[in-house]
Parts: sequence; C-alpha cells; structure tokens
Amino acid sequence: MDDLAAAFGQAASLLLGFDAELIEIIGLSLRVSFMAVGLAALLGLPLGAAVALYRFPGRTLLGALLNAFMGLPPVVVGLVVYLMLSRAGPLGALGLLFTPGAMILAQCLLVLPIVAALSAQIVADLNEEYNEQLHSFAAGPLQRLATLVWDGRFSLMTAILAGFGRAIAEVGAVMIVGGNIAHSTRVMTTAIALETSKGNLALALGLGIVLIALALAVNFAALALRDAARPRYG
Amino acid sequence: MVKRRSFVAGVFLAAAVAFPSLAAERSIVVASTTSTENSGLFGSILPVFEAASGIRVKVVAVGTGQAIKLAKNGDADVLFVHHRPSEEIFVAEGYGVKRFEVMYNDFVLVGPKSDPAGVRGMTDAPAALARIAAAKATFASRGDDSGTHKKELGLWQAAKVDAVAASGQWYRETGSGMGATLNTAAGLGAYALADRGTWISFANKGDLEIMVEGDKRMFNPYGAILVNPAKHKHVKAAEGQAFIDWLVSDAGQKAIADYQLGGLQLFFPNAKKAGS
Repeated sequence: MDDLAAAFGQAASLLLGFDAELIEIIGLSLRVSFMAVGLAALLGLPLGAAVALYRFPGRTLLGALLNAFMGLPPVVVGLVVYLMLSRAGPLGALGLLFTPGAMILAQCLLVLPIVAALSAQIVADLNEEYNEQLHSFAAGPLQRLATLVWDGRFSLMTAILAGFGRAIAEVGAVMIVGGNIAHSTRVMTTAIALETSKGNLALALGLGIVLIALALAVNFAALALRDAARPRYG
Repeated sequence: MVKRRSFVAGVFLAAAVAFPSLAAERSIVVASTTSTENSGLFGSILPVFEAASGIRVKVVAVGTGQAIKLAKNGDADVLFVHHRPSEEIFVAEGYGVKRFEVMYNDFVLVGPKSDPAGVRGMTDAPAALARIAAAKATFASRGDDSGTHKKELGLWQAAKVDAVAASGQWYRETGSGMGATLNTAAGLGAYALADRGTWISFANKGDLEIMVEGDKRMFNPYGAILVNPAKHKHVKAAEGQAFIDWLVSDAGQKAIADYQLGGLQLFFPNAKKAGS
C-alpha cells in the first residue's frame, strides 16, 4: 500500500507547490462545472417548480422522466452530445466539439434532471406549507412560483450542490466530448484517468484527493454563504 | 426586489467570468493514439513545433479505431496512428489526402516473472502465443479495436489460435487503453502485447517483464495523414499539412529521436526523404 501513502504526499506537494498545470486544470474543472450547474439551475429550478405547482398534460410523465434521468449514465450523455456536435452531426457547424463549451453542454444535460427533480420536491413541500397564505394574497400562478422559489432558495441550494457534485466528479461525458486535450479541455477527472492509464497510481490518487478537497471547499463556501445571508431574512 | 436583482446580476457576472473571450489562435486537432500520448512523446515534441510555427496542436488520444472514426466524421484535421492497413483504406476511401511515414517502434510481449507458459526469450511471437494458449495462461487483450489490438489479432491468426473463443476464460479482453490493460495484466499476472513506448514509460509494471521481443512481425510503424478537405471543408488543411511537413522534416525527425526515457529511445524516425 505504498501508493496509498504516497498519494497523500503527492496531493500535498501538488497543492503546496502551486503547480501551474494543476492550477490550470483545477480552473477549467471549476469553470466548466460552475457554468454547467448555473445553466442547469436557470432552467431546472423553474422547470421543477412548474412540475410541482401546475397541472398540465404530461405532468406525471415529465416528473417521472426527471426522476429517472437523475441517474443518466455520463458516458451515454457524452456519446449523444458527441453525435450532435460532430462535424457529421446536426450541430457540427458550431465547431463546439473538443471545446469547454461542449463539456458544459454535456454536464448541463447530466445535472438538469437532478436540479429539476429535487427542486420539484422542495417546491411541492413549500407549496403545501404556504398554500393558505398565498391564497389569501390571491397570488397568480407565476407569482406563486417566483415566491416559492425565492423563499425556498436555501433549500434549493442543496439541489444545486447535488448537481455540482455530479458535474465535478463525472468523467465519462467530458472525456468523449472534450477529448482530454492538454491545456485545452483537460479537467481533474480526465487527468486522473490519464495518470491511471500511465500507471502513475500515486499521482492519480493525489489528484483525486485534490478533487475531493475542492468539492468540499465549494460545499463549505455555499454553506457559509447561506449562513451569512440567513439572519438578514430571519 | 433589489436583492433579487443583484442575485440575478451575480449569476450573469459569474457566467461572464466563466466564459472569458477566447483569444484567436491558430490550432489544429490531431486524432492520435494513446501510445503516443501516454508515452510522453507529444509532451516532448509538440512544444518544439508550436514554438517554430505558432500553431497549437490539440491532441485527442484514443484507440486507432476510434481515431479513424473521429477523422472520418471530420472531427480532426490530422490523423496520426499506427495501423497501416487501416490507414491505407482511410486514404483509399478518400477520407485522407496522403499517408506519410513518420516513425516506428515495436511491440513487446510482456508477462509475469514466473512465466507460466515458458515463453521467455523466444523471438517468434506467434509461436510464443501458441504456447500461451496451450498452457491456458492468462492473457490480457486490449479488445478495443486499437492499433495494438489489431496487431495482436493478426499475431493470433499467424499462430492459428482462436483466442477470442476463449474470451472470459484465459483470454481477457479489457476493452480499454494500453495503460489500463497493463494495469490489468499486472494485477492478474497476465501476458499482454504492448507497444515499447508505452511499456518503457509505464510506471506500474509490478511483476511484469519483457518476455518476447525482436520478431519483425512486431514492427510498429506510425503514419500521419491530413484529413481530406474535399470531404470536410472546415479542415485546416494549411496548418494540418504544416504539422505533417514538420514531422517528416529534419527538425521534426530529430525531435522524435531526441525523446528518451531512462536513456532509452522510444520512437525511431523513418520519414522518407523528399523525392525518394
């Protein structure tokens, strides 16, 4: 188990040494995953809330689909996005393949069902709680949605963090649509896969420890933000 | 309401930060194999080319089969792989302009120190494989339609052994890259066919050693082909050809020969001189 012990040394020296290449890779990982989760939140929060609040045809089916797609295999999403963005595919003219944009799109598709399904549940619970109040204000359907999403924003942050966890950790989709190109589309997870395939197991695990530390830091930051904001709103 | 607006503004600000405008740069995408990337060759020679030409080379390292598929779809400008028959078909079908010889190395048969099939030191690769099959000794195959996998299947054919029929028994198809397959072989104490470049640079050899080498049937030539701009008009023909021209030039050939690990040369340049 020398590799296991060596991995912690590797992780420490990578972080303390401010390795330029590692900083670049971490930066791209965060950029891609933040963008993907941001887009997924912009679309997924209203979508989830709509599923929770409104009656429309296909609502049950949509809810079931969102729940089922929380477990979409990243490699399948990657393959579908590749086929769409390939020069031989329908969106090939965009020239997005093997760019961070393609990776953001793939991760967004992975994260969207998670954010939407979890926020549907959260908003449905809130709606029950506030139903009478909203009635007494004669809130319209749009106003009801906006109020509930805004009031539930701290709970909804959990949904977004779950999506972020999924995005930053997946390797299957970004490997296919990004191509793991050095200084261009290499992120933490694809770098770990590459080092593993080179047999540099300690370095790969060291990168893994850095990735976990990164995910932890983002979660702590989100919690701190919530605690800082909460008192003002009571 | 003011708070909400600032929140929304914050989201857009975050988006703007995350999407810095891309500086215009000349770049090409090269579809290549894991052996050239994992062995560190590209990391060594590309900076030399980029400094000389100002063209950024983006390498997508996958198996030869997948690399050819990418190039056929027009998702790469240059194909740089190591399975000559497939490369010749690629050009004959009009997907590629012309194949250029760039370099070669060779394959080695590696196996566990204990050598259960007793093939150490043999120089006849198919005979060694036949002995492994007879002993039902574990063999880890790439199983991923890569150049190495195609080469391995050719050697089994020469050995007149239907190894794939034993898949799941002593013959294990990993369906993954060279490094991953060597990791598996090290874990299982299995034999495996590897290109010498990846083998030398591979850091997790464990109990594995070279058993068979030097058979001329284990020769491993690499070719570079410009994807045909007549098939895919967005192909960066000028930049792509500039890269190929550099690979076969004296400067490129020297850069390839100069790449060594632990005093061992990994690839041997063999471009034909112009006119020959």
